[in-house]
Amino acid sequence: MNKIIRKQQLTPETALFEVEAPRIAKRWKPGQFIIVRPNAGSERIPLTLVDGNKERGTITIVVQRIGKTSAVTVATPADGAFHDVVGPLGEPAHITSVGKVTLLAGGVGVAEVLPVAKAFKEAGNYTVVLAGARTDSLRILREELLAVADEVIWATDDGSFGFAGNVVQLLQDVVKASGEKPDLSHVIGPIPMMRAAAKATKDLGIKTYASVNPVMIDGTGMCGGCRVTVRGKVRFACVEGPEFDAHEVDFEELTRRTKAYKKQEVQAYEAHKCALGLQAH
Amino acid sequence: MPPIKRNPKAPRQIPPEVAPNVRVQGGAVEVAGGFTTEQAQVESLRCLNCKDAKCVEACPLHIDIKSFIQHIVLGDVASAFDKISERSPFPGICGRVCQHELFCESACLLGKKLDPVAIGSLERFCSDHHRQFNGKAPVVKANPTGPKIAMVGSGPASLMASFVLAQRGYRVTVFEALHRLGGVLIYGVPPFRLPREILDSEIARLEAMGVKFETDVIVGNSVTLEELFHEEGFEAVFLGTGAGLPFMLNIPGENLIGVYTANEFLTRINLMNANETGADTPVNIGKHTVVIGGGNSAMDAARWSKRLGADTTILFRRGRAELRARAEEIEHAEQEGIKFEFLGAPVALFGDENGWLNEMECIRMKLGEPDSSGRPSPVPIEGSNYRIPVDTVIAAVGQAPNPTLQRTTPQLITNRGKIVVDVNRQTNMDKVFAGGDVVRGGSTVILAMSDGLAAADAIDKALKLQQKEVEIVGAEA
Ligand SMILES: Cc1cc2nc3c(=O)[nH]c(=O)nc-3n(C[C@H](O)[C@H](O)[C@H](O)COP(=O)(O)OP(=O)(O)OC[C@H]3O[C@@H](n4cnc5c(N)ncnc54)[C@H](O)[C@@H]3O)c2cc1C
Ligand SMILES: Cc1cc2nc3c(=O)[nH]c(=O)nc-3n(C[C@H](O)[C@H](O)[C@H](O)COP(=O)(O)OP(=O)(O)OC[C@H]3O[C@@H](n4cnc5c(N)ncnc54)[C@H](O)[C@@H]3O)c2cc1C
Ligand code: SF4
Ligand code: FES
Repeated sequence: MNKIIRKQQLTPETALFEVEAPRIAKRWKPGQFIIVRPNAGSERIPLTLVDGNKERGTITIVVQRIGKTSAVTVATPADGAFHDVVGPLGEPAHITSVGKVTLLAGGVGVAEVLPVAKAFKEAGNYTVVLAGARTDSLRILREELLAVADEVIWATDDGSFGFAGNVVQLLQDVVKASGEKPDLSHVIGPIPMMRAAAKATKDLGIKTYASVNPVMIDGTGMCGGCRVTVRGKVRFACVEGPEFDAHEVDFEELTRRTKAYKKQEVQAYEAHKCALGLQAH
Repeated sequence: MPPIKRNPKAPRQIPPEVAPNVRVQGGAVEVAGGFTTEQAQVESLRCLNCKDAKCVEACPLHIDIKSFIQHIVLGDVASAFDKISERSPFPGICGRVCQHELFCESACLLGKKLDPVAIGSLERFCSDHHRQFNGKAPVVKANPTGPKIAMVGSGPASLMASFVLAQRGYRVTVFEALHRLGGVLIYGVPPFRLPREILDSEIARLEAMGVKFETDVIVGNSVTLEELFHEEGFEAVFLGTGAGLPFMLNIPGENLIGVYTANEFLTRINLMNANETGADTPVNIGKHTVVIGGGNSAMDAARWSKRLGADTTILFRRGRAELRARAEEIEHAEQEGIKFEFLGAPVALFGDENGWLNEMECIRMKLGEPDSSGRPSPVPIEGSNYRIPVDTVIAAVGQAPNPTLQRTTPQLITNRGKIVVDVNRQTNMDKVFAGGDVVRGGSTVILAMSDGLAAADAIDKALKLQQKEVEIVGAEA
């Protein structure tokens, strides 16, 4: 059991949790993740480490509700606990000192990019975060982003704040306007966005890392469920990733594989919502 | 007391089994029943009570088989159970999953002329009897106050080492990466072979002896070996991290949806209950499953696939004689209607436009010269390719040592992933020992346990010597 120390609802769908996990707090590095089971019997879901505090012995994660288990996680009360938390998992992000680094983040990816952006800046880079949200009211962690990056530029799909469009279009726009490309780029967010970012940065000739999110079970390299094809080779994202060269990842396969349980997922979520509805009556 | 009337010529007793058509419907229901008291009596009276009991020698734990059987002969099952417990706290586990035909039963003298004594079933009988009449964990005298020892992984190797060390007064903590204890016994072996109450209650015996368990800790990631020694005060560490890295098929199409490793398929079901309706973790099973391989993982995956309703075939590149699984499980699989296709191997997998597997191409094999495993090598017959429709493929083609710890401990010497140890199960690192599958590659429960036993002896020796040195220093001062 890992006790929740702080909960902050960022949007109706997204919550931030600070959780007791002293061992993980001590060792984690930007780019790594944990696996959580909110309740006994829950699925094991991977979540990126957003922050960690050695002294307090806590870690921070941000969860977006997209299906049953993430919904249960988001709904965990502030005075509650998660049943299991294990980590840190995966390889840390490749942090190098190259000059200018642009980080693309969409949706809950904005939270996930925070520690990576911070680490790039601490390594002496000039960091620009291109952050995306569907609409103005869903922009999360604005202050936190400003605190860790040299520049933050927002894009909203509906144009209600900042650039109208997605972060990939924003990147193309920024490069075009300034006539200058970053030395390195990093992308994290929904798969379609990462896929588009990979294509765009390849065309622009910008070396880019993507933090991929295949379906995982154990997260220790035991099941092989998280396999992704990178440069024609099968890799286990939970131990060899989650970050890979974005231009080498087979995003088409990744997209297909993450849809493998679509039918069961929809059923589970509907049943879950029904159960909640019944309780409310 | 009437004189004992041995009857070695009585037929070997066969434990009752749930009928195949019933058990394939029954999901997790245990297949093999235990001996009745009468059967146990008849079976134990078959034992010759040999002077030079080969069975004891052949058991990697050297359980005093001959004596425990004689206790059953006398009708004193409690003493039989205690006899086993002197060497092993896991008769319920071993009685069910041990490959007796390779160890004790293969050496049984009676087996030279007749069928060997059903030692495995008798072992299980003692455990079941104890559970039935004594309830839970027996009281084991242990008062651990000694040096702290860490076990990495909670598979049979670590569990055995924990038992021995706790018995000798060491304070043992087991660290397990997953959220449940038992290693392959929990995530790999199906409950229809090893009910979870048995596994949990035998682990509870260790807890009652003072062994501490910490789940959700990955040594290497959550805490390093170094930190265990220098910050957490452990004086020796045993690495029983198993062989959890699945081999892939390395053929085109292996990332199609519907292609599983046996580890993923079995973990989803055994550990995450995907077979139960309403479980949060799903599993996809189609109409036609092909399981590739011939070991215990292949049998387990195939039998689960059948239980989930798929027409299931095991495709093995050698012949029946070369299957590596427990004899009982092969028979059970055959009874359950699982088809076996020998001398065939997959070449490629094909899928539809959405990436779902729908067909596989195989090639026929013939048996050639023996290879490094001592078995005849499979040789592909050129031009013999054929295609079959399939919507689930489960690769059970072996596994390599779990690399998590090795990755973060580069100073640890390994050979193709396997941790290298000396005869005392000591690694190249001071006070770090290892055993089980991480040293042997895929092996067996009982050999993992025997490694745990040997390592515990070595740890005991190493630390006692150290204590002596301290005493001498003290005396001089
Ligand atoms: C390395 C990594 C880091 C992640 N970090 C975050 C994060 O910081 N915040 C966040 O909100 N989400 C994160 N995710 C995604 C998160 O794990 C999924 O949203 C969650 O597993 C969905 O589960 P569900 O039961 O709610 O949804 P479901 O309805 O079961 O699934 C919806 C979709 O989620 C994905 N998914 C389902 N199960 C898993 C699984 N076991 N592992 C991975 N993906 C799965 C699939 O694409 C699926 O189509 C991360 C994923 C990975 C792999
Ligand atoms: C499906 C299947 C069925 C089998 N059936 C049989 C059978 O019927 N009879 C038989 O004799 N043998 C059988 N075997 C083989 C047998 O299970 C193994 O030989 C045995 O379990 C090995 O034991 P172990 O203690 O070495 O490791 P394992 O049982 O593999 O346990 C290792 C444990 O260590 C954990 N771990 C790994 N790395 C770390 C880390 N860094 N930190 C913390 N924890 C870690 C893992 O999560 C795992 O729980 C089977 C194997 C499989 C896969
Ligand atoms: S070898 Fe067979 S017959 Fe002899 S003591 Fe052992 S079990 Fe009995
Ligand atoms: S999640 Fe199982 S191997 Fe990566």
